[in-house]
Amino acid sequence: MNRAAAFLLRRRGGRGWHWTDVVTWIWLIGGIVMMFGPAVWLVGSSFKSPAALSEFPPTILPMVTQEVQVPGYDKPLPLYKVTGEDGKTRVLAEVRRIGIIAQMVDPQDPTEKIKVNISIREPKREVHFALDNYVTPLEKNDFLLYLRNSVFVTVMATLITLITNSMAAFALSKYQFTGRSAVMLLIVATLMVPLSVILVPLYSVISAVGLFNSLWGVILPTVATPTGVFMLRQYMLTIPDELVAAARMDKASEWQIYWRIILPLTAPALAVLAIFSVVWRWNDFLWPLIVLSRKEVYTLQVGLNVYAGQLNVQWHYILAMTVVTMIPVVLVFVFLQRFITAGIAGTGLK
Amino acid sequence: MSGNKAPSGLSQTAGALLLAPVRLAAMAVDPLLRGWQKLTGFNGMAAFFLVPNMAIFGIFVLLPLVINFIYSLTGGTALFLPDRSYVGFEQYGRLAACGNYLDPNSCTEDQFWKALYNTAIFVVLQVALMTVVALITALVLNREIRGRSFWRAVFFFPVLLSPVVVGLIWRWILQRQGLLNFMLYEVGIDPTEWLTDRFWAFTAAIGVSIWAHLGFYALILLAGLQAIPRDLYEAAEMDGTRPMRMFWRITLPLLGPNLLVVIVLALIRAVQIFDEVYVLTGGGPGTSTLYLTQYIYEIGFASLLRNPGLASAASIIMGAILVVLTLMQLAIARRNERRSGKS
Repeated sequence: MNRAAAFLLRRRGGRGWHWTDVVTWIWLIGGIVMMFGPAVWLVGSSFKSPAALSEFPPTILPMVTQEVQVPGYDKPLPLYKVTGEDGKTRVLAEVRRIGIIAQMVDPQDPTEKIKVNISIREPKREVHFALDNYVTPLEKNDFLLYLRNSVFVTVMATLITLITNSMAAFALSKYQFTGRSAVMLLIVATLMVPLSVILVPLYSVISAVGLFNSLWGVILPTVATPTGVFMLRQYMLTIPDELVAAARMDKASEWQIYWRIILPLTAPALAVLAIFSVVWRWNDFLWPLIVLSRKEVYTLQVGLNVYAGQLNVQWHYILAMTVVTMIPVVLVFVFLQRFITAGIAGTGLK
Repeated sequence: MSGNKAPSGLSQTAGALLLAPVRLAAMAVDPLLRGWQKLTGFNGMAAFFLVPNMAIFGIFVLLPLVINFIYSLTGGTALFLPDRSYVGFEQYGRLAACGNYLDPNSCTEDQFWKALYNTAIFVVLQVALMTVVALITALVLNREIRGRSFWRAVFFFPVLLSPVVVGLIWRWILQRQGLLNFMLYEVGIDPTEWLTDRFWAFTAAIGVSIWAHLGFYALILLAGLQAIPRDLYEAAEMDGTRPMRMFWRITLPLLGPNLLVVIVLALIRAVQIFDEVYVLTGGGPGTSTLYLTQYIYEIGFASLLRNPGLASAASIIMGAILVVLTLMQLAIARRNERRSGKS
């Protein structure tokens, strides 16, 4: 036992344990619990039936009381484990309960009614995933529509962002023209303008061009990101100008230079911007909340908020739809997280 | 940034599929653009490349930015500028009308002042606490631990979640019959109304927003820690310096610039706090978690007594706060650049 402990606690370089090592591991383990725990709890809860959700104390897995169809009774009866005085356990179905006495029957032999004190029985439970939580809102409560709207906004906004930002970045990195530094200054100056500062006038602009209650009203204000232009331009500056000059000698048009030479070489930066854009647009909330006031155009985030804001919150649906909303972001986290962390560490992009 | 490789495999295929129609379109427009190039020359092409982005940017960012000032000088409930009447600085006057500035209830726009005070308290507490927690996390991640990138990812996970998801996850945990109350019950503590008690709701707002953003700042600090030369520590160890002293004398001074960046970035974001708290508490109970952005949103869009001019004036005040913070950030960034340029 001691040798096992010594092996487990052995450290590199033969040094002993310092109090900072203990703090380190407490922090890391605590970190896992704190960071993933709430999300795991959400996913676990999302499979519980409304009855299981309102249970206190809550269980980790979604449990329901087993029910059985007994001949002679219309409704399925709940099953209980009853421990008799002789210590034997029997599985019985409850017919009705009067005070502390329950009238029960044996499902195999339903003719005889047994009176049982409720203190000696406990419900027979099984794990049951309430998939209905997912199916119903998607089918009946328009969540499929919200999902489609969210996907549309995310994909279109990201595509347009990539195209317009890379074109602007190309002009700002490979052309010498009057006013270039003025445009750059403008972009840097507005790098930090948050949407929350221009809500009212932007809303009037959107209404004036007829994009209120339209998904394009959500997409367009977000696509001309100064952050994206800035990041792509910095990257394109590292591409040698000789490449562009050589292509011009070969009679390539400027457009061809852009999409056959510059764009492929900018792929790494474009990929990072695409990942960021997908996460940003998928998660957008305040602006869609203002522009979209009709059910048909809600995105997932807005739809979730509306359903969660109702007087009588239907948690079993809300939790399931929250999980659905989380899925793309979790996929990004699992597969593409390193590009994001590298992007943030390198540029301070948010 | 330049060190990144393009995402491989899955994402590349997905990207290629998405971009296929774009490629076709690009080929199709080439003859047209050649014509345009002949007509206007290189400068015309520069304009062509700039126009889509700058047009969208001009209409949806610059224009609103400019007319925001005009909005704040008008009154009435009409939405479009031509229908609105000029009232001068009346809206600002209304926001500033207070009997006693320390008591929001004595102000004409008591909600604005409550939101302002709440935001101020929130910003100070949230940024201070988060910086400390992010610093500890970065220090822990900077130690020689196995699987560092995994642990780094652990703390980064909530950063990617949408504010609505964050708000709902925690609303579910903090509600009366939620997980937290159950865990407290297990150790013999009475359940608490986390979201409907003024004090606890405010605390929850701070805690949840730290939970959601901590990983982002820890990442920046970790990058700063890794840039500190190892030989400094080796030399200090040779001199028999104790770890705590190393932290105060080497780590903290050298991390200073990064720490400042983190604090200012966190300040800028904390001032705009809205979505996760809005979903978590809806600004309540009462006005205890009402912050500036929610005030602007409600006065501009949600409440029955809509007043776009007032919302504009309030958003300009918030904008001014953000401009000051941004200028601070730029000054710090410039100073850092000069310093690193010298060494």
